[in-house]
Amino acid sequence: MNVSGISAPESGGLVANASPAIARPNGRAMDFCFRHLAGGMAALVGLLLIATLAAIAWDSRLSIHTFGFGFLWSSEWNPVTGQFGALSFLVGTLVSSAIAMLLATPVSFGIAIFISELAPRRLKQPISSAVELLAAIPSIVYGLWGLLVFAPAFAQVEPWINDHLGTLPGIGPLFQGPPMGIGMLTAGIVLAIMVLPFITAIMRDVFIMTPAALKESAYGLGCTTWEVSRRIILPYTRSAVTGGIFLGLGRALGETMAITFVIGNSNTISASLLMPGASIPSVIANEFTEATTPLYLSSLIYLGLVLFGITLLVRLLAAWMLHSMKRGTPLRP
Amino acid sequence: MIGLYARRKLVDRISRVLMPFAAFIGLFFLAWILWISFSHGLSALRWDLFVNDTPPPGTDSYGMRNAFVGSLILIGMAMLLGIPVGLLAGTWLAEYGGQRRLARGVRFLNDIMLSAPSIEIGLFAYAILVDPLKHFSAISGSVALAMLMIPIVTRTTDEMLALVHADMRESAVALGAPMWKVISKITWKAARNGILTGILIALARISGETAPLLFTALNNQYFSLDPLRPMANLPVVIFQFAMSPYANWQKMAWAGVLIAICFILLLSIVSRLVLNRGTAKS
Repeated sequence: MNVSGISAPESGGLVANASPAIARPNGRAMDFCFRHLAGGMAALVGLLLIATLAAIAWDSRLSIHTFGFGFLWSSEWNPVTGQFGALSFLVGTLVSSAIAMLLATPVSFGIAIFISELAPRRLKQPISSAVELLAAIPSIVYGLWGLLVFAPAFAQVEPWINDHLGTLPGIGPLFQGPPMGIGMLTAGIVLAIMVLPFITAIMRDVFIMTPAALKESAYGLGCTTWEVSRRIILPYTRSAVTGGIFLGLGRALGETMAITFVIGNSNTISASLLMPGASIPSVIANEFTEATTPLYLSSLIYLGLVLFGITLLVRLLAAWMLHSMKRGTPLRP
Repeated sequence: MIGLYARRKLVDRISRVLMPFAAFIGLFFLAWILWISFSHGLSALRWDLFVNDTPPPGTDSYGMRNAFVGSLILIGMAMLLGIPVGLLAGTWLAEYGGQRRLARGVRFLNDIMLSAPSIEIGLFAYAILVDPLKHFSAISGSVALAMLMIPIVTRTTDEMLALVHADMRESAVALGAPMWKVISKITWKAARNGILTGILIALARISGETAPLLFTALNNQYFSLDPLRPMANLPVVIFQFAMSPYANWQKMAWAGVLIAICFILLLSIVSRLVLNRGTAKS
């Protein structure tokens, strides 16, 4: 992924040290300016993340001061009485993202193995590009399609879900509810389609990187394609695959527009996945411009801070997993 | 009971069916979404959209001129802000930073910023521009969009410059060229296609962004060119119109979706062509 490691050390170091001695005086002044301008911009880029975190934390200070950490486990969200709590949105965010990951991970794995192992050479590139195209579609289009096309179609399927999955022992209550089309499950499905290209791209890249000698030895011993995928490729790339899943999870947690359209926007926690809910981004998008009191506005920004904290954590985990893959001991034939 | 051999064979058979089926699922949803956007969008497309401004609720006229112009202005300002920062930061990382600890730290922070939820960027722009100035403004929307561009441009510039062979720089330095000339005349030129691809990808990313504009540029029912006032823009207009009960507004939302998708598809095709032309030569 990071190709800069290959040639940067010698090029960067050598040239940067060699040039000032040779340059003419006016060249030296320009060099000084250019170097520091570029350095300043790099510093700015490095500071952006910290500044974002600080600014969001600063603007949520009123709500932090009022509710403290209790904000996280209160499900009361009442602008009229001025009581705000994040729990129902936190649950909505985590549940919809969990559904998305449960659905997207196996499908991504299938596509990635298909591209790297099974597909005819002619089809590999077109399929890769087509799946990547899913990432190019703006999230508002997913939302519009989800609300006006997918949800009505899904409402036709929901009675069947009620009858068959809803009667199962244990998980039954999750699938009982009115066939409205919109709700937590719909949000999870739309999210799954949206994160699919990100997870697939990483899986495909690392599957292709698996040494041919490893795979061929397994094939030579008589392993089937499935056994090679499951017992050779997946264990070899496990940490990167996990990193890719976390990267997709980070996307799912922060996704705003598509969710706002299809989740139903109801700040209640219900046992059924067919019922409407709300996620942190969707409530911010819906209520931000309607927030009338400073505490209301500050609580919405506090929600944003909570979400930022979660996505940062997930992203750091992903970076750590992907890094350990790169550093992993290379197996030699 | 079936034997071990038969079972292994069966599992393999099933997996050979399921894996292409997974690919089919992905392609199916892509085709479905594109088909809906094109069929609904084309039937809603009319010349009025480009001539009139967004109509008030309850009337049945069509128009989105203010939104198209507003989006172009927002994106244009975001490019003016974001490209120089990303380009120079990426250049510093590749040419001066190399593998130093500081450069690695900046790369790490930039990578995290790359996948930060766009709504957080919107909150940031709100906190630093809208809140202190006390009103929503187009420029705050552009700052948010620029912040979404910067990590992409920085990273691609860094990676593409690192691919430029050290020989090229050394030859130029040996001829007595100062470093800024080496970079601007040699390495930038050698990596031109890659850097341009990064900019196009960043542009495609921000063209459909809605969340960060909801509480920065907001929306404006009227035609406006003032960067310090709220400005109509395509994504927010689509959002507002799609949620509305009016038939003509919903139709306009689809037309807007079609135009946004065509713009983004065009950008990704062009970026791919540019990159392929670049790699074919080297």
